[in-house]
Amino acid sequence: MNTGNCFHCGLEINKKEEIIYDEKSFCCNGCKTVYEIFSQNDLSCYYDFQASPGATPLDIKGKYDFLDNEDIVSKLLEFQEDATHIVSLYIPHIHCSSCIWILENLQKLQQGINTSQVNFPEKRVRITFNPEETSLKKIVELLCSIGYEPYISLDNFDEGKKVIDRSLIYKIGVAFFCFGNIMLLSFPEYFEVEEYWINEYRGFFRWLIFAISLPAFFYSASGYYVSAYKSIKSGMLNIDIPIALGIVVMFIRSTVDIVFDYGQGFFDSMTGLIFFMLLGKLFQQKTYDFLSFERDYKSYFPIAITKILADGSETSVQVYDIQKGDRLLIRNQELIPVDGILISEKASIDYSFVTGEAVAIEKKSGDKIFAGGKQMGKVIEIEVLFSVSQSYLTQLWSNDVFQKKIDIKHKTITDKISRYFTPALLGLAIISFLYWIFIDTNTAFNVFTAILIVACPCALALTAPFTLGNVLRILGKRKFYLKNAIVIEQLAKVDSIVFDKTGTITTNKKTSITYEGTPLTDFDLKLLNNALRGSNHPLSRRLYEFIPNQIKLIPTHFEEIIGKGIYAEINGNTIKLGSSQFLKTMTENTHKKTKVHVEINGVYKGSYVFNNQYREGLEQLFHQLSKKYNLIILSGDNDGERKILEKMLPSTTKLVFNQKPEQKLEYIEELQKQGKNVMMIGDGLNDAGALAQSNIGISISENVNVFSPACDGILDASQFQKIGFFMNYSKKAMKTIFMSFGLSLAYNVVGLTYAVSGNLSPLVAAIIMPLSTITIVSFVTIMTNFYARNSQPATRNFQPATKNNPA
Amino acid sequence: MGVIYILITISIIVAIFFLYAFIRAVKKGQYDDDYTPSVRMLFDDELKISTNKKPIQTIKEKQV
Repeated sequence: MNTGNCFHCGLEINKKEEIIYDEKSFCCNGCKTVYEIFSQNDLSCYYDFQASPGATPLDIKGKYDFLDNEDIVSKLLEFQEDATHIVSLYIPHIHCSSCIWILENLQKLQQGINTSQVNFPEKRVRITFNPEETSLKKIVELLCSIGYEPYISLDNFDEGKKVIDRSLIYKIGVAFFCFGNIMLLSFPEYFEVEEYWINEYRGFFRWLIFAISLPAFFYSASGYYVSAYKSIKSGMLNIDIPIALGIVVMFIRSTVDIVFDYGQGFFDSMTGLIFFMLLGKLFQQKTYDFLSFERDYKSYFPIAITKILADGSETSVQVYDIQKGDRLLIRNQELIPVDGILISEKASIDYSFVTGEAVAIEKKSGDKIFAGGKQMGKVIEIEVLFSVSQSYLTQLWSNDVFQKKIDIKHKTITDKISRYFTPALLGLAIISFLYWIFIDTNTAFNVFTAILIVACPCALALTAPFTLGNVLRILGKRKFYLKNAIVIEQLAKVDSIVFDKTGTITTNKKTSITYEGTPLTDFDLKLLNNALRGSNHPLSRRLYEFIPNQIKLIPTHFEEIIGKGIYAEINGNTIKLGSSQFLKTMTENTHKKTKVHVEINGVYKGSYVFNNQYREGLEQLFHQLSKKYNLIILSGDNDGERKILEKMLPSTTKLVFNQKPEQKLEYIEELQKQGKNVMMIGDGLNDAGALAQSNIGISISENVNVFSPACDGILDASQFQKIGFFMNYSKKAMKTIFMSFGLSLAYNVVGLTYAVSGNLSPLVAAIIMPLSTITIVSFVTIMTNFYARNSQPATRNFQPATKNNPA
Repeated sequence: MGVIYILITISIIVAIFFLYAFIRAVKKGQYDDDYTPSVRMLFDDELKISTNKKPIQTIKEKQV
């Protein structure tokens, strides 16, 4: 068979690892096993809905042992009775109809599962099962074995079920009910037929309309009144004040009109206004729902920690149950959830998650260890000082480092305009009132209310949320996820872009590794493989995948020195892997290429040379961007790649090498002092500090569920070439906003001329207002979609993360 | 034309009934997920049990 793509997961098949089963080719044993499970249980329809919808199942031995603990399980369950348990799991891999199909047919794979229902937008599956026939742990293991590993985090642990807030939907329902019915009941008077019967029943219609408008006025619009009141109390003038004022004035004027028989009133316009405003709010809300950036520290922590009891035995406890004085066991790569004192001899803690510093900090027995660090190396024991809620990390999250300073400096466009708009409008209304009061009191009141109604800033208030909401949604479809709408405004102002090298402009996927030196025997490879398994360094991981899989041996001694290498002892053999300084060998091209040297039992064997693979389209992207932006590459690596990069990239690109994380941060600070607006693109692993410092920090990720909290946006690695398009698009979005402001201003001017000159008839006001709202909304939506059309949308070839952390 | 009082009142009552039905449906959580039911609708019903035997037989045949 030709080297093609795996039938299950769609990834390219390595010829030597190809497995053919049932006349289909698979990339690995894992994919083939999932296919086997499906076909034997008559579930091969899974492949009919979407091509290659699967994911390679990961090795999860021991990972879900904490689900044996009854307390933890009962916290995760939504519903618990004797024969029925219900659990709701978040599964990131849900992405297509095949996923929905297989997850709703789980009962065919496991006895004891009654039903399961998928909520696709939230990527959750709700499984009802019989605890006497199966257990939560078995279900989770089943899900993992078919490639749908759930993501269980402390978030699920919140006491009390989250109450879904549907009040906006109720308000919209009520507003639409009122709006529709009032419109219908207004028809007789609209056509203004001076017939006998309409004069007879006019009162009936008018008071009925009044009665129907009450729920909309009091209930649906209540949000605006509350917001306006709060804003007045705190001394600011936000955009909700004119809206609330406008609605109130319309209501009062319309009531006065029908009481004194001046006219029909504006109830239909008022309810229509309320309905469209609420619709705008709903649209905004929906666009933020996709990717939740509001994760607090709880999502990153493991739910259960291993506690060492007095008699030396180990047990899993919930993080919340950890008390002062407990002894905890922290393994390699595990996050430390609480502040504690180190009992073990020494530890190497990586605080990059908290501080952005990639260099691990060495701690000795008796030192205080803060929460949020990751242990690198052997298991350690710590004694707890504070429980989770009092921990240092809780305070850290409200720390300035993660709250962008930009928020204070940068006012959104709407805020800027509303500061002038409200006072200007009120001023105009009062002046006109005072002018007309000397001429004719009736007209004066007319003019006053007409001004407030016609100049309603609903267009103003809707423009920004609709535009930015639509832009966020479109960008999300293109796999560029932004934290919130403010980021778009910032994107349009950027003038310098800083790129990280490793992992950002180079890709971790395709890499050509070649070996130089004395050939390694199978035994050597076995030792190397097992030594590499304990390390999380990107080079170790790539090398681990490169070396064919071996039987697992546990090292008797394992030490990883950050920035230098690995030292391990297995079955009496010593293995040293790392940089040339570490191995104390100097070969010719030491400082030119990225190399990992190998030494076994004191004998230098050779080295693995990593040829960097740059991302597709890098050259075109840089040439495109260099026309408008200053481009800089900051790398923590040596300058071996300088010649290659200088050839590929435009000459104005600055290349800076050998930058430690704090140096990257300082560099960005320097640029900002020069008045530049900096955007940093990194892979988030050790750039957290620099990402936080820059005006916008974007992290490129191969798997969108793993990202650093300091970033403002996540870009899927496959969309790297489109960066130029995204930058351009954000500028066009701002242009759209300005254009629509202009449009709404034009409407206001026309309406106000009529109003101030006393010529505004109710009909004209009633028409202009909803007309302007609808026009603005459609204009804005059409423009943003039009600008987005210039580039193809992201294709549906979903590339799931392959063998990640084999540790 | 007095009948118009009755007619309008009845139409309002019917409208209120629909509003109530809407509110009740929202409360029950029907509209929380508006995408998945559209996909679920297109799935085929469960296959008959007799076809279950076939795949296992072919695998056995292959092994032979």
